[in-house]
Amino acid sequence: MKIPRQPMPERDPQERKRNFKEVPHGYTPELAQKEAERCLQCPKPPCIKGCPVEIDIPRFIELIYEGKFSEAAKKIKETNSLPAICGRVCPQEEQCEEVCVLSKKFQPVAIGHLERFCADWEREHEEIEVPEILPSTEKRVAVVGSGPGGLTVAGDLIKLGHQVTIFEALHKPGGVLVYGIPEFRLPKAIVQSEVDYLQAMGVEVKCSFVIGRLMTIDELFQDGYHAVYVGTGAGAPSFLNIPGENLNGILSANEFLTRSNLMKAYSFPEADTPIFTGKRVAVLGGGNTAMDSVRTGLRLGAEHAYIVYRRSQAEMPARATEIHHAEEEGIEFIMLTNPVRFIGDEGGWVKGMECLRMELGEPDESGRRRPVPIEGSNFIMDVDTVIIAVGNSSNPLVQQTTPGLDTNRWGNITVTSETMQTSRKAIYAGGDIVTGGATVIQAAGAGKIAARAIDAYLKTL
Amino acid sequence: MVKILKHQRLNETNFRIVFDSSLVAKKIKPGQFMVLRIREEGERIPMSLADMDPEKGTVTVIYQVIGQSTTLLSTKKVGEEICDLVGPMGVASHYPEKGNFMVIGGGIGIAPIHPTAREAKKRGLYVIGIIGARTKDLLFYEEQMQKVTDELYVTTDDGSYGKKGFVTDALKELHQRGKKIDHILAIGPVPMMKFVCSTTRPMGIPTWVSLNPIMIDATGMCGVCRVSVGGKTKFACVDGPDFDGHQVDFDLLTKRLSMYESYEKQSLEKFKKECTKEAALKKA
Repeated sequence: MKIPRQPMPERDPQERKRNFKEVPHGYTPELAQKEAERCLQCPKPPCIKGCPVEIDIPRFIELIYEGKFSEAAKKIKETNSLPAICGRVCPQEEQCEEVCVLSKKFQPVAIGHLERFCADWEREHEEIEVPEILPSTEKRVAVVGSGPGGLTVAGDLIKLGHQVTIFEALHKPGGVLVYGIPEFRLPKAIVQSEVDYLQAMGVEVKCSFVIGRLMTIDELFQDGYHAVYVGTGAGAPSFLNIPGENLNGILSANEFLTRSNLMKAYSFPEADTPIFTGKRVAVLGGGNTAMDSVRTGLRLGAEHAYIVYRRSQAEMPARATEIHHAEEEGIEFIMLTNPVRFIGDEGGWVKGMECLRMELGEPDESGRRRPVPIEGSNFIMDVDTVIIAVGNSSNPLVQQTTPGLDTNRWGNITVTSETMQTSRKAIYAGGDIVTGGATVIQAAGAGKIAARAIDAYLKTL
Repeated sequence: MVKILKHQRLNETNFRIVFDSSLVAKKIKPGQFMVLRIREEGERIPMSLADMDPEKGTVTVIYQVIGQSTTLLSTKKVGEEICDLVGPMGVASHYPEKGNFMVIGGGIGIAPIHPTAREAKKRGLYVIGIIGARTKDLLFYEEQMQKVTDELYVTTDDGSYGKKGFVTDALKELHQRGKKIDHILAIGPVPMMKFVCSTTRPMGIPTWVSLNPIMIDATGMCGVCRVSVGGKTKFACVDGPDFDGHQVDFDLLTKRLSMYESYEKQSLEKFKKECTKEAALKKA
């Protein structure tokens, strides 16, 4: 292989660790074309199968190579409504890039970087162009939740001529893309432009509208909707249920990130919502949410920002690139460590965390080696902020208020995987509310399947 | 955007505001709450429901001016709009099947007990009300409460109106006189709710309280509103806001409410400075 994989230029870690600017700068056209040249244009491309929304990857890369950036972007948009987002936050290393033929001997083609390049180029160089929309079918679809799944369903169905309304509980559309993922990883302006694109196509977006409280799903049907897609996401934050967890200074990652991202608390007092960050911040967990939290903590002024994880770094579910970025910025990784209680001061603030050292035992049902506590290894970590990022359970609002909607023992909605249809006719669901915490592209992939099934169902009416 | 239809100052610190929000007005039940966001950079502020009119499509909030957001809200005029009003949030009030239902409202807590008392009366319960404030000028809704209660007792801490003392003094006196009380809902400042509960615990009267911890999304997503009830962690926004007061850890609630005090002061000072500057500019 003559040309090595082209790295994406990034902000210097020392500069970026104190601001919220996006870390990677993106490819220049020259870099993109050089990287595109690496693609072998396989006759039976495995990368397409590796993509949950089956983008025609070799074709869009070929168009980049030919310098037809606008066409390349449009090629991606045929199957993926959210390329600027997916190019940034998809775990390509486990999907398209993992199966890239090049990866057997060399580094895979940087498909994610190239996807991002096309979407950014189009956004920066062209007016939003509304694609062809089929004649109106007069059928109405309600989409509950405006995260990646809901946006995908809305985009696919509006193009097919259906009327689509998105109901969002928060005051801004985007779901986890807005409240969860920080600006330095996914600028909010990009999410907004994706929403603008949907609105330009005719999607109606109703914010501050809580389905399950203001209207139930059945009331949506009474109101004239023909089908409903539930994409309400991962709901309630999990805590550890150990002593001292309600002390001040101990927050869920959802709270910490929502304050910073949705409420813009990082700019307090310019924004009215404050955020507390101490000097010694410990984030519990090893996923992408934990990385987002710890890097946010650092940017808000922590002197020490720790990841505390009960297994070893090899078992961490976060993307390798996020771990790498965190390491570059000076995040301290404290592995094989599990807190057993929090210690507070007289005012009710956390001042320490008693932990146990762990060692790895036999693999558990997740296939990862199970952490086993080492007797008597207790020690105290000096911390003033603790952020708990150990996952979410499902938000029960829709399930509780929709009779006949089946859920599993964790409260997630059960669906038929071929169609994403729930136990109720005309109600479909996908994303984290079905699978539990997963990724943006998996939610978008579920949205794709559901949109196809909803369209087929609407045609039978 | 949500339009302000009425806005009236009740006394030194309390305001009554009526919003145009027909869907919420149709759906909301006494005991539930709403979240307001006044301006684009604004906080999400949980507010109790003081009244609703499903026919006119309005909801009423009575609020106390404390920090930056409520100070800003108090400057809004009729016809102006706020960014968002979302609701209904939380679970509606609990009522006993029959018997004597006592509602206790302290200070700003008089506002949310009013619609619950009205609903209780509609359900055929005998409703006993106690409302109290620090001083006569801070008292409001006496007339409205008269209409929705069978008996109403009024207290002020300084004795400037009604009976001198706390709401708990009136409660104790009624109990001593042998008044049958089957179920209580008490809403007010945390110390008041705590004292009501410590008073009713030995009396064995089931007592519910409405908790007001810090909230952000108020849909169960962030967990900042967690409270300890019977040793278990609950989210006030979705499991509450009403809980069995005899099980509530009020000291924890007080500590958690104080978490952002210094920030709240900073935000208010900044806002006041800006207002002064603006006023000076206008003058010039």
